Amino acid sequence: MTGPAVLAEARTPERRSRTYGVGRTAWSSLVIAVAVVVATPVLAVVIDGLGSLGESAQPRGLARMVLTTLALMLGVGAGSLVVGGGLAWLVTAYRFPLRNVLVWLLVLPLAMPAYVLGFVFLSVFDVAGPVQTLLRAVFGADVWVPEVRSLPAAVLVMTLSLYPYVYLLTRSALIEQSSGTYDAARTLGATRGRALRRVLLPLARPSLAAGLALVMMETLTDFATVQYFNVQTVSVGVYLVWKGTFDFHAATQLAVLVLLFAVAVLAAEKALRGRARYHQLGSRRQGFQPERLRGARGWAATTLCVAALSAGFLIPVAQLLLWAAGQASADTSVLTDPRFVDYLANSLLVAAITAVSCVVLAVSIGHAIRLGGGRFVSFAAQLTTFGYAVPGAVVGIGVLLSFAAADTALERAGVPGGTGLIVTGSVIGILYAYVIRFLAPAYQSIGASFEKIPPTVTFSALSLGAAPRRVLARVHFPLARPGVAVALMLVVIDAVKELPIVLLLRPFGFTTASVWVYELARENFWEKASLPALVIVAVAIIPVFVLVRQTRRDETGTTAPGEVRQ
Amino acid sequence: MENALAASGAGVAVPALGLAGVGKHYGTARGVADLDLSIAAGELVTLIGPSGCGKSTTLRLVAGLERPDAGTISVAGSVVADTRHFVNPERRRVGLVFQDHALFPHLTVARNVEFGLDRLPRGERRARVGELLDLVQLAHLRDRYPHELSGGEQQRVALARALAPRPAVVLLDEPFSSLDESLRAQVRRDTVATLRETATTGVLVTHDQTEALSVGTRVIVMNNGVIEQADIPEKVFERPATRFVASFMGDADFLPARVHRALLTCEIGIVSTVPGWADSDVDVDVVLRPHEVALRPAADATARVSSVEYHGAFVLHHVQLASGRTLRSWQPHNVRYPVGATVAVTVAPGTSPTLLVGDRAVTSPPANSVRTGPSPMRKGGPSDDADPTEVTR
Repeated sequence: MTGPAVLAEARTPERRSRTYGVGRTAWSSLVIAVAVVVATPVLAVVIDGLGSLGESAQPRGLARMVLTTLALMLGVGAGSLVVGGGLAWLVTAYRFPLRNVLVWLLVLPLAMPAYVLGFVFLSVFDVAGPVQTLLRAVFGADVWVPEVRSLPAAVLVMTLSLYPYVYLLTRSALIEQSSGTYDAARTLGATRGRALRRVLLPLARPSLAAGLALVMMETLTDFATVQYFNVQTVSVGVYLVWKGTFDFHAATQLAVLVLLFAVAVLAAEKALRGRARYHQLGSRRQGFQPERLRGARGWAATTLCVAALSAGFLIPVAQLLLWAAGQASADTSVLTDPRFVDYLANSLLVAAITAVSCVVLAVSIGHAIRLGGGRFVSFAAQLTTFGYAVPGAVVGIGVLLSFAAADTALERAGVPGGTGLIVTGSVIGILYAYVIRFLAPAYQSIGASFEKIPPTVTFSALSLGAAPRRVLARVHFPLARPGVAVALMLVVIDAVKELPIVLLLRPFGFTTASVWVYELARENFWEKASLPALVIVAVAIIPVFVLVRQTRRDETGTTAPGEVRQ
Repeated sequence: MENALAASGAGVAVPALGLAGVGKHYGTARGVADLDLSIAAGELVTLIGPSGCGKSTTLRLVAGLERPDAGTISVAGSVVADTRHFVNPERRRVGLVFQDHALFPHLTVARNVEFGLDRLPRGERRARVGELLDLVQLAHLRDRYPHELSGGEQQRVALARALAPRPAVVLLDEPFSSLDESLRAQVRRDTVATLRETATTGVLVTHDQTEALSVGTRVIVMNNGVIEQADIPEKVFERPATRFVASFMGDADFLPARVHRALLTCEIGIVSTVPGWADSDVDVDVVLRPHEVALRPAADATARVSSVEYHGAFVLHHVQLASGRTLRSWQPHNVRYPVGATVAVTVAPGTSPTLLVGDRAVTSPPANSVRTGPSPMRKGGPSDDADPTEVTR
């Protein structure tokens, strides 16, 4: 046999098997279909935005919008780095009164959406609020106060509600990744301070970068908070141009700009993270022990933590509760308003449908990957999760564009009206956009569960004669159940909080709790907004508790290595 | 290709497992190449080789977890994979037992065993589960969950589960290596007994030479993705087909030697006669295992003890010859030559050692044996660089 003949014979099937593996066509196709469906709206935005360049006039104040967005993102990023990183450092490196409780309580602002914190802040500090009233009473009517509805105030409010991302990631990096390296540094003769500076902080850099990226993403996506403070970012611009001027091309061009910001954040994170991949190596060791701060210094540390916690969570919740209590006794109470129940039901229904859809898709993707689909299918699976990095306004516009394109196609095919009814008459558009946005968190938690199932278990099930569907029902799904529960919860909460997508895509007369809070707060009906806002905070607090419990369990493993972990 | 003769021992009846010319590459790296193998029903074959030799790939190919690039795989007479057909693992009748046992953690012992029996009617299913649990002596643990079992018990459940659907062949991937040393021998004995009792065809992958030799009716030695030798344990140990097999399956030292008029001589003198090589005059390497090397104190000898390792029942002596080459020799536990002592080295009487030309063993004089140098003739397997499979690398 000649060489080239053997080569040719060996190569063709090899390439085929590397593309498809021994995956199952049906399951692999499903993953690819989901990837296409998820990617279509975003692609539609990019194509429409770039394709129409120069066709329509630039939206007014574009440069200002871009600069504002940049300033806001950098401001909130820097603020979160200082507050989140500083607090993480404080509670990890030192012991002081109430530290053990504060470690966990400092995560709570995560449950307070910025758009709720924002209007409570306004109610307290704006012209009619108690602070300015008091100042005027003391110093006279023309006392100077800084403008409250401004960029710096927006930065402050968003920092207070977003710092926990940086806090959490930095803290876990300081604790988990470094006990062994810290011990090594100490045995090599480094002092405590030097080991902290030269070993622990550099090791925490990737986590700081990751936390920062999350904060900036949330800032970029924010829609309501910035409007309370009269800060016009590109994300708001997209919505205002679309809804206000009906200049769709201009709106999609802005949406492409928002997308560019998102890409820039992700690229910056990657650059900051560098090539470093810091994983926890070896067994958990004692690591470094926090140093006790005595007397006044200890109480100063406590005060710092309590201040952040109060500003970001305790005071606003107290204010909301006060308003809600007032509402309960008032005649025109929100409680007796039928809309309250209605909108809440809308929120929960949409969230539940989204959550179930995301979980079904995520489990299917995990299952398909496990059956082995090759690189192409893995790539498609990756593609299904990128919607999380795309701001809601962009996804919303993308869905509208996709439906419009489908409309045209259908009408051309002879269906009068096309899909028009689906977009304007139902919530399908919202659900579609939600699935794009929230498939990523669902897939992440379900994927984590799948990773814990040894491949040999899958192989065993197959070799025992179980077809893929039976493997899914009897083995994969039962074993992935913890991830499914987490995924359901995460998606419900994110969906209940989501705002711009509903605003862009809602059919006439359809309102959710989050939209209602936003609308009431924008009209300064703060008392009325308090109850739905509290409901949203209450829903959002669930994952915070789960998160704390989980982290706590992990950290218990650190302090007691001998303990048998369940 | 000529080197397809590597496999032997196939019965006349339909083999339980057959591989013909099977190859699998990962990118440009060779997983396995040109595998030929036939395993008769009821055989228990061990598959051994260093890590990365292609054992696991072979197993995955047979189980249907990988698609071969070339060749044909058949199970119980029906083709399950060739370049055109591919039968999915769930329809192959190939059972799997893994090192980590891979029990379903959310199912009880009985439910684990029952998993592969869903096509049977309820009554038969229950009877079969009971039968298997009795077989592996775990009937009393049928309602336990896997995490409540010891490692040995988990291993027995895994075996029972794999046997339940009556597979045509069971593949065991290092099934004992996750067990404690103390437990391993017992579990191994029980497993082998169970496989034999049920007349199950089995392929047991191992990296333990003793295990391979003691368990298998045949031993398949793999290296670099090809089968070096497939034969009964005695042959693999006493008549290794290649230099690799000689050194991998037990300790071996190699000395340059010469066969001249049926007399094998090397640095330590005349080793043995080689019947049938009367007309030959050829350079070879002789394979000497430590138990074949005898030592005798001799003040005027040129060999010298360079180091001594105490192994309990035996004492291993490293002996440096005048040429600088080293031989190893097992001595009884009460014999210990001091380091530096000069000893006379001979071969134990009755030894007829393996001869190598190049990297392959030879049993008859090479055709051109009057000349010296490596023989162009190849037998037994394709490990050589000049091999035709080379082009597929």
